[in-house]
Amino acid sequence: MKPAPFHYERPTTVAEAVAALAGGDGEREVKLLAGGQSLVPLLALRLARPATLVDLNRVEELRGIEVSGDHVRIGALTRHEVLHTDATVRSRLPLLATAAGHIGHRAIRTRGTIGGSLAHADPAAELPTGCLALGAELEIAGPAGRRTIPVGMLFDGPLSTTLPADELIVAVRVPVDMGRRPFGFAELTRRAGDFALVVASVTIAVDADGGCRAATVAVGGVGGSARLIGPAARALIGTRLADGAVDAAVAEVDRAIRPFDDLHASAEYRRAMAALMVRRAIGAARGAR
Amino acid sequence: MNEPTVQRWPIRCTVNGSVQHLLVEPRRTALDVLRDELGLTGAHAGCEHGVCGACTILFDGEPVRACLLFGVQLDGAAVTTVEGLAAADGTLHPLQESFSAHHGLQCGFCTPGMLLSALDLLAHNPTPTEAEVREGLGGNLCRCTGYQQLVDAVLDAARGGTYDCT
Repeated sequence: MKPAPFHYERPTTVAEAVAALAGGDGEREVKLLAGGQSLVPLLALRLARPATLVDLNRVEELRGIEVSGDHVRIGALTRHEVLHTDATVRSRLPLLATAAGHIGHRAIRTRGTIGGSLAHADPAAELPTGCLALGAELEIAGPAGRRTIPVGMLFDGPLSTTLPADELIVAVRVPVDMGRRPFGFAELTRRAGDFALVVASVTIAVDADGGCRAATVAVGGVGGSARLIGPAARALIGTRLADGAVDAAVAEVDRAIRPFDDLHASAEYRRAMAALMVRRAIGAARGAR
Repeated sequence: MNEPTVQRWPIRCTVNGSVQHLLVEPRRTALDVLRDELGLTGAHAGCEHGVCGACTILFDGEPVRACLLFGVQLDGAAVTTVEGLAAADGTLHPLQESFSAHHGLQCGFCTPGMLLSALDLLAHNPTPTEAEVREGLGGNLCRCTGYQQLVDAVLDAARGGTYDCT
């Protein structure tokens, strides 16, 4: 249970981190170390044996939470515990604060980071569905400079992302108006602190006359990646969110997902629980109008 | 064949109030460094992949799994291990006294992590409910399954005083 030897680098700027990433190739893997709560177990089990580990924890630019114009910008190195307790996140993005509070235990949340969680791309993690439902964007840095992508473009199957090996997530940007929406978050875990079997995040936007004008439905744990279920959202939009509309949205989730069997739950059980978690999340959003 | 040169990184940290200068191999975890370099074997190596909580320490006042932190990352930090709880003359910390009074340990393997998680809990929530104590200790496994006595010990300690993690 000891990591294999690696070369350690400790950049202090994003530019230095990008330069360190550029040193890798197919033979010599370079991995980024953020909170380490998923990566270090993989190193200890020697499921990962990078040649170089680039420790991001001294990169000041990756820190901080600020409201900037029409979005909240969250540094990629923001710890789950900060996300869960920070006054700006709690007031502006309560869905993310709620989701972060469901991650692991305090000794995990004090280290784990939002950028690390997204980059790790565990299909059953809490923050991916939250970021998807909130329409988050990612600021990415690489050798060609900066670019911004919707978070939905990041995930590419279990523990896989579309990011090339020479890029890193700098920040997560969440639209302020998405953060203001009534929301619901629901997950099923065997024990408090475990990874979810199924996790769901929902937002709705309701007109003064009670009609649902916009909605997002995201689920995790029921396929290779956390994802938005567009047809489920569309089943809610234009309705008054009566029980029939919720039933229709849940039916769309059931149609869209491809859950798998594993040690923890059968595909059939995950399917049933996905319906229940989405129903609960929509119910919570509806109750919060 | 020549052995590749082993990288060593100089660090300076404060452990239980005393300043330490070390030269550590980056792949060594903070847990290994505390145990093997500093002889502080209080933090226990249980699962060594972040599941059991037996290696919990306070890192700049916050609980972390020492097996998921590298020794090089201790550079510049202040660390408290279970050895830092009792007074210099050996007088137990009130939380340790409460564990003892309530038989909040059997084999003792989980105890160091339990104590530091409990200290962190009481520093942030001086009057926890029983459910909050169970949640606060939720990241620490006791394979003797002596949870009830642990919960009693923490609840009683909360009634008996105030706590901080500094």
